[in-house]
Amino acid sequence: MKRSNTHPMDRCQYLPHSFLKRQKIRSIIRNFDLYLMLVPVLAFYIIFKYIPMYGVQIAFRDYNPGIGFLKSPWVGMYHFKRFFSSFRFTRMVINTIMINVYQIIFQFPLPIFFAIIVNEVRKKYFKAFVLNITYMPHFLSTVVLVALISTVTNPEYGIINHLIAVLGGEPIRFLEEVNWFKPIYIISGIWQNMGWSSLIYLGALAGIDPSLYEAAQVDGASKLQQIFRITIPCIIPTIMIMLILKIGGIMDLGVDKVLLMQNDLNIASSDVIPVYVYLTGVRDGNYDYATAIGLFNNIINFVLLLGANRISRKLFDSSLW
Amino acid sequence: MPKKQKRKTTHINNDTILVACIHMLLIIVCIIMIYPLVIVLSNSVSDPIAILEGKVKFLPVGFNMESYRKVFANKDISHSFINSFRYTLVGSLLNVVMTILAAYPLSRKDLVGRNTLMMLITFTMFFSGGMIPTFLVVRSLGMMNTMWAIIVPGVISTYNLIITRTFFQNNIPSELQDAALIDGCSNTKFLLQVVLPLSTTIIVIIAMFYAVGHWNAYFGPIMYFSRKANYPLQVILRDILMSAQSADMATSDTVLSTRFFEIERIKYATIVIASLPMIIIYPFVMKYFEKGVMMGAIKG
Repeated sequence: MKRSNTHPMDRCQYLPHSFLKRQKIRSIIRNFDLYLMLVPVLAFYIIFKYIPMYGVQIAFRDYNPGIGFLKSPWVGMYHFKRFFSSFRFTRMVINTIMINVYQIIFQFPLPIFFAIIVNEVRKKYFKAFVLNITYMPHFLSTVVLVALISTVTNPEYGIINHLIAVLGGEPIRFLEEVNWFKPIYIISGIWQNMGWSSLIYLGALAGIDPSLYEAAQVDGASKLQQIFRITIPCIIPTIMIMLILKIGGIMDLGVDKVLLMQNDLNIASSDVIPVYVYLTGVRDGNYDYATAIGLFNNIINFVLLLGANRISRKLFDSSLW
Repeated sequence: MPKKQKRKTTHINNDTILVACIHMLLIIVCIIMIYPLVIVLSNSVSDPIAILEGKVKFLPVGFNMESYRKVFANKDISHSFINSFRYTLVGSLLNVVMTILAAYPLSRKDLVGRNTLMMLITFTMFFSGGMIPTFLVVRSLGMMNTMWAIIVPGVISTYNLIITRTFFQNNIPSELQDAALIDGCSNTKFLLQVVLPLSTTIIVIIAMFYAVGHWNAYFGPIMYFSRKANYPLQVILRDILMSAQSADMATSDTVLSTRFFEIERIKYATIVIASLPMIIIYPFVMKYFEKGVMMGAIKG
């Protein structure tokens, strides 16, 4: 699909510099309406992306809404020190990272596996049927997802506790047990997103040259051998890029799902940084302190992203940039 | 020669077993995927007492549409449904317009400064000021308790911008553009009359992504709205679910227990209504996914 990239402008490289500069200005004038289209776009990125980045300095100030953040006094690392010495700090960092680590171990490989086996289905209608069913949960809201969790795990009438009772066990109040919070979070995440996340791998699988499989069949390779020798190596670059992005978000968690599943009984394992930022910042109004915690989170993510990208570039020759 | 023939047949047998296993596995996956949806649908048309006694395992028991009648009669729910609909419609429309305004110029190879702009935009995907500074900006713009607070701060998703831009780059022939511009067609006219008609696939896809995001939004509304009149359906649904839970904990009280049945009755019907619009639109959109546009998203 990719077209040749030579544009008239690219062919001018042997022309004198002054001519090129004139050409550039002419191009800007000719395309003035394109720049006009970009005005609202840039306004959006400046106001809602770059001004908040600048505003992150309230993490180092004693923010007083009355006098504005630029006049509020500097307090250096005070908010960070307060956060690091708070009794919830270790618990929150561990919970936030562990949920993501579990996601990488259990949730990340499943869409790849699913895409590979769906790709082996030759019956067109069955394939479309399976994909349509598995995409569906992705379109449900988090509120509905949490309602579904509480329905199927309901101790009185939920199917899971019914099965436990059939097997002779005691009913479990899954949503109120500390040790069940993380498994439920991960399993429901798999249920909701396995099908949808496989879309990107199915796209990569569709891009594999069919002649590779034809050659393998002529040589008498079995399906399993084809999967291990052709399919998986061909989608390694896609897998690596998805993994880098996942590692770069190791401190990220959707605020709403944890917020909706959290209660006093499971707080020991559901206490995570993004929710704490929301509760202390937006609800309780400790803007400076909450910004500091958010910044701490973002910096760790960013550093991990850079690290993962570098390692992947060295080992697998695939990277984000 | 006969030896080779034999080897081939055993492989076919192994492959047949593998394919059969794959089919079995996929059927099991489908059942697990569909079960929670079916049980909620069944509960929504069942007798609440039958639900609480655990009689509804798969199909409805004591079929009746009473719960839906109650839901439609509930002012909070119908009002929030209209709110959700409004936010989704206005929000998605603005999203799509802004994303095209960003993606088209940035897809043009002759745009001076395009790489710098692209870098500044992509950077925001990997680093951001965070939740609180963004919240303070929205608040200082006076958007609290208006629908702009949940629409404008996310009016362009950089991810959608990148897939749209990649689509334009790969699907709009540059010869066509050169020819049109030489003939004196302006960029704006070219965008409206040539690019957009050729790009319905990507427009439908990003419109759906945005619409699903707006319809299902919960966190934005609770962060920016403090009045019940503004609440979308998801927030009202959450309130209903929470009151069902608190009523559950005090069922010994007879007044509370009638209330509990009342809530239990409308709970499942509201879940269905809160999910249905997105479940309905997506088969119509699915066919646009066949072209593998998601691939373009990985590398910008």
